[in-house]
Amino acid sequence: MAVNQASGAAFELKGRMATLTVLRLLTADPGHLFIQLDARLAQAPGFFDGMPLVLAPGQDVSLDAAMLETLVAGLRDRGLLPVAAADVSEDIASAAGLGVLRNLGGPRSDASGQTGRSGSGKPVAEARAPENGAARLVTQPVRSGQQVYARGGDLVVSAPVSAGAELMADGHIHVYGTLRGRALAGVQGDVNARIFCQSLEAELVAVAGHYRLSEQIDAGLRGAPAMIRLRGDELGIDAL
Amino acid sequence: MARIVVVTSGKGGVGKTTTSAAFGAGLARAGYRTVVVDFDVGLRNLDLIMGCERRVVYDFVNVINGEANLNQALIRDKRVEGLEILPASQTRDKDALTFEGVESVLNALAETHDYVVCDSPAGIERGAHLAMYFADDALVVTNPEVSSVRDSDRVLGLLSSKTRRAEQGEEPVKEHLVVTRYAASRVGKGEMLSMEDICEILSIDLLGVVPESTAVLNASNAGVPVIMEEKTDAGQAYDDLVARYLGEEREHRFLTEKKGLFGRLFKG
Ligand SMILES: Nc1ncnc2c1ncn2[C@@H]1O[C@H](COP(=O)(O)OP(=O)(O)OP(=O)(O)O)[C@@H](O)[C@H]1O
Ligand SMILES: [Mg+2]
Repeated sequence: MAVNQASGAAFELKGRMATLTVLRLLTADPGHLFIQLDARLAQAPGFFDGMPLVLAPGQDVSLDAAMLETLVAGLRDRGLLPVAAADVSEDIASAAGLGVLRNLGGPRSDASGQTGRSGSGKPVAEARAPENGAARLVTQPVRSGQQVYARGGDLVVSAPVSAGAELMADGHIHVYGTLRGRALAGVQGDVNARIFCQSLEAELVAVAGHYRLSEQIDAGLRGAPAMIRLRGDELGIDAL
Repeated sequence: MARIVVVTSGKGGVGKTTTSAAFGAGLARAGYRTVVVDFDVGLRNLDLIMGCERRVVYDFVNVINGEANLNQALIRDKRVEGLEILPASQTRDKDALTFEGVESVLNALAETHDYVVCDSPAGIERGAHLAMYFADDALVVTNPEVSSVRDSDRVLGLLSSKTRRAEQGEEPVKEHLVVTRYAASRVGKGEMLSMEDICEILSIDLLGVVPESTAVLNASNAGVPVIMEEKTDAGQAYDDLVARYLGEEREHRFLTEKKGLFGRLFKG
């Protein structure tokens, strides 16, 4: 019995990609922040409950340990889950019970759900951020360097997606064209999200943070219609 | 009002300037008042390829800075009626081009010409951005290799988002694919991407395919736009390209390998 326990693996470490919401602090005054945050939360009661957050000071804001502790306590009171801080020293973060994230890139999404990478390659202009649950439709090719995010719903692309382009959706992703870039479905953690494409040539596919690189995609599945979904912990790819 | 056509690529050295010179000369030969503008400030070589480097007195940056007027800077081509070039400055860098300066020069040129051809510098930085910003049409120049196609794809994304037409929600910039330095024999051996692959990846209309040709270097050494060398393959390819741009239907002639002497002998 004791022998069995010793030989069976008790855990695994796996690299996962996850999309986290960043709370960028544009003021050093927690009271000021909470007034505005409460107004926002009142508009969408329950929507932010349990949302993991990364706290990151804005450009001209510097944080001290006391401020960070006040912030963390206040956020937890409101049902949010601060898990880490970016761009602060380890002492300050650990005093507030947070981990430190390094190399956090620019914000992945702004209020309209669109981002451009390093200021270039704007997402396709015709698409507007959907209301919660609505699908976002893109009819123009998504080119290298462009990024399209369907926040709160599905993403439908009726054109090719180039290598070097990136699709993200909280829900499913459909590509009626060749998918050569990256596609990340269920980026807020929806394990039931799926990716469908007419021709699978992707650099990377991911569902709820579980990903596969192109070299991990069976050659027999490439260049053909495919569906990608999570089966338990495994990312499965089926020919369609 | 002129149509403004940018010749762009992302990747360097793929044939933008060669194409700008040939395209501009072809349009002028067809009777259109055409000016080719060199946006490659600091690395000017349009004037070399067009054989007028010794006649450059004032340049694009001088005009922007108000140190010369347009008529002083424009150089009239001696061979083709109706063809002019606006040279770039060799001594300045690309920051010398301002948004307002470029806009006012292009507006002035558009009033007196039918076509304004903008020879873009490589890259996707300021100079390339300014060259494409005011465009109505784009010739996206690509070589049959993966990195060049990838860069062209990136540029197509910028054309559909970072141009005046995109920002003002007007009809999008009309995109045309120009594949240059195409060597059918190397495609056959799998050393280069095929036309089919390139068109599939970029999914825009193919305007022309220019074969890899020694005629290009010879013409540029002689300071003659290669389209003027009517007996050469590259010259004919550019002639077809201009005709197609102007609405004529012409078959693509240089997609397959030419049968050399050996090819013919062994065919029996
Ligand atoms: N069809 C062709 N066949 C053979 N050589 C070619 C062809 N087209 C262009 N070249 C050669 O490739 C080189 C680069 O051409 P060119 O200057 O037109 O490119 P470019 O894109 O303007 O470069 P840059 O990015 O530096 O401005 C030159 O030496 C030119 O002679
Ligand atoms: Mg050039």
